[in-house]
Amino acid sequence: MASNYRGYRPPQGMVSWALHRLAGLGVLVFLLLHIVDIFAVGYGPEAFNDLLFIYRHPIFRAGEVILVAGLYYHALNGIRIILVDFWSKGWKYERQMFYAVVALFLLSFIPTAILMLRPLF
Amino acid sequence: MQVHLRIQRFNPEVDSKPYYEDHEVEVEPTDRVLDALNKVKWFHDGTLTYRRSCAHGVCGSDAMRINGRNRLACKVLIRDVGTNITIEPLVGFRVIRDLVVDMEPFFNAYKSVLPFLINDDPAPTTERLQSPEDRERFDDTTKCILCACCTSSCPITWTNDEFVGPAAIVNAHRFIFDSRDQGAAERLAVLNQKSGVWRCRTVFNCTEACPRGIQVTRAIEEVKRTLLTGDVS
Repeated sequence: MASNYRGYRPPQGMVSWALHRLAGLGVLVFLLLHIVDIFAVGYGPEAFNDLLFIYRHPIFRAGEVILVAGLYYHALNGIRIILVDFWSKGWKYERQMFYAVVALFLLSFIPTAILMLRPLF
Repeated sequence: MQVHLRIQRFNPEVDSKPYYEDHEVEVEPTDRVLDALNKVKWFHDGTLTYRRSCAHGVCGSDAMRINGRNRLACKVLIRDVGTNITIEPLVGFRVIRDLVVDMEPFFNAYKSVLPFLINDDPAPTTERLQSPEDRERFDDTTKCILCACCTSSCPITWTNDEFVGPAAIVNAHRFIFDSRDQGAAERLAVLNQKSGVWRCRTVFNCTEACPRGIQVTRAIEEVKRTLLTGDVS
């Protein structure tokens, strides 16, 4: 039993919500960077290609894996939230739907991560 | 059995910020957390301050954070929380002293949804009759005791003072879906504002915290869908 706890001990629903926000913010930050690199196209193909070294860097490749994790989770949990909102029985199965989100996330993310990281090794 | 209580204390006249105080008390496993608090207050330190009235889970006075979750101290048994128990005031409200918080914003939100019967028809000489099915429609939300466990468990209310909070929506739901009531449009207008149901992010903390077992998030979702469809049934 957790004791000496400061703050609110998060139930499963709060964990799913916090992860959803974190993933959403992460994707938003990438989107800003993406806007910058697409903006470089305006200065011609050379300018754009010069900028691509960022994306080829191994650290960025690892960062992209985290980005994909955020995208997958945000998309899958987003479906869960839509079902809670629009399906009259959604409230009853929110916990089961969260476990389904976690399962589907692992099933889709692990193969993607392997494919993405393979060129690094 | 011996239990270790860690209680958050704060006296605004003396302390600059809250601190934790430890107490060892002898209780039965079938005692409630409130009994342990009473032991501290009656035999260890009479200055410990908390609200409690009926002590049987009906009045809703003794809502507090027990091991990090909002609970009624009079409904939680010692055997269910173990021997190390941390007790803190509800989050999101101003602490007046120790475990007593300022409930004024909570009741202001409650009043804002017009939590009373609105019916302009001439009052009948007998009761306003209702079918069992019509009564069943809002049965779940009649159970609310206004303890604030739900509102204080909601992460949105921790950072947003405007949000009416789950308890106010539950009590609006209780009248919106009552076939004898005619004020649904007024209440829905309140809940359709920026501070209304749309701030809910379906975290389900409220449902988890409710000591009366009300499906709070379900009630909020029903109000949201009614706002979308306009169907009050």
